[in-house]
Amino acid sequence: MADQMKIRAQLHGGVADVKILIFHPMETGLRKDGVTGQPVPMHFIQTLTATHNGKTVLEAQWSQAVSKNPFLNFRVRGAKPGDKIMVGWVDNRGDKASIEATLN
Amino acid sequence: MRRSVLGAAAVAMATAMLRPLQLLAGQWNKAAFDAKAVADALKGIGVSATEDSDRIVLKAPEIAENGAIVPLEIVSQVPGTQAIYILVDKNPQPLTAVFEFSNGAEAFVATRIKMNESSVVRILARAGGKFYATMREVKVTIGGCGA
Repeated sequence: MADQMKIRAQLHGGVADVKILIFHPMETGLRKDGVTGQPVPMHFIQTLTATHNGKTVLEAQWSQAVSKNPFLNFRVRGAKPGDKIMVGWVDNRGDKASIEATLN
Repeated sequence: MRRSVLGAAAVAMATAMLRPLQLLAGQWNKAAFDAKAVADALKGIGVSATEDSDRIVLKAPEIAENGAIVPLEIVSQVPGTQAIYILVDKNPQPLTAVFEFSNGAEAFVATRIKMNESSVVRILARAGGKFYATMREVKVTIGGCGA
């Protein structure tokens, strides 16, 4: 579901600079609903994986303290035009999404 | 007939339910993330001792106006860095993120985190089975955990 994520991957001298934006509430479980006053249940991304041409380059584990609509920037050496960067995540409800970019 | 249909449905359901759990099992370190004390979080990620290192470069604001969005940029210049950990000592659960690098990923990460109140931000780097640490106090004007 690409509308849940944005990716920008740029090549700088053999290094892929990858920026990810994920549209996700990252609820801590501590926030109260403004209308009902009830606590909003925890809902947050727990794991995120990035691959470069199918090879894992980054494995992240997150808590609910990563900001709402998470931003992530990472870099991969040994990249060249045409290479594919894929990033996917899974949250504590089992919801998931992924996105792919081709370097140019 | 009816039984076999139900059986197939049960298998399909079990498979569907198992899949996300399998993805999470072993990948998300529940004990470390649930820990409420820094010492327990460190224990959860297998840290027995850390060595202070100025080769971990942390860019963080001195004062974060909004605790809901505190930008951090981390570079580890410790040779052979395999992972970077972010902990916020005074958050309800200090362990915030773990990043494991492989296959050419640089020991670099930039992200945004929530801070409940002014606290030490503790960055660890793991290299060759050893843990290196750098710490920085970040002041927070408006807490970000209930946000």
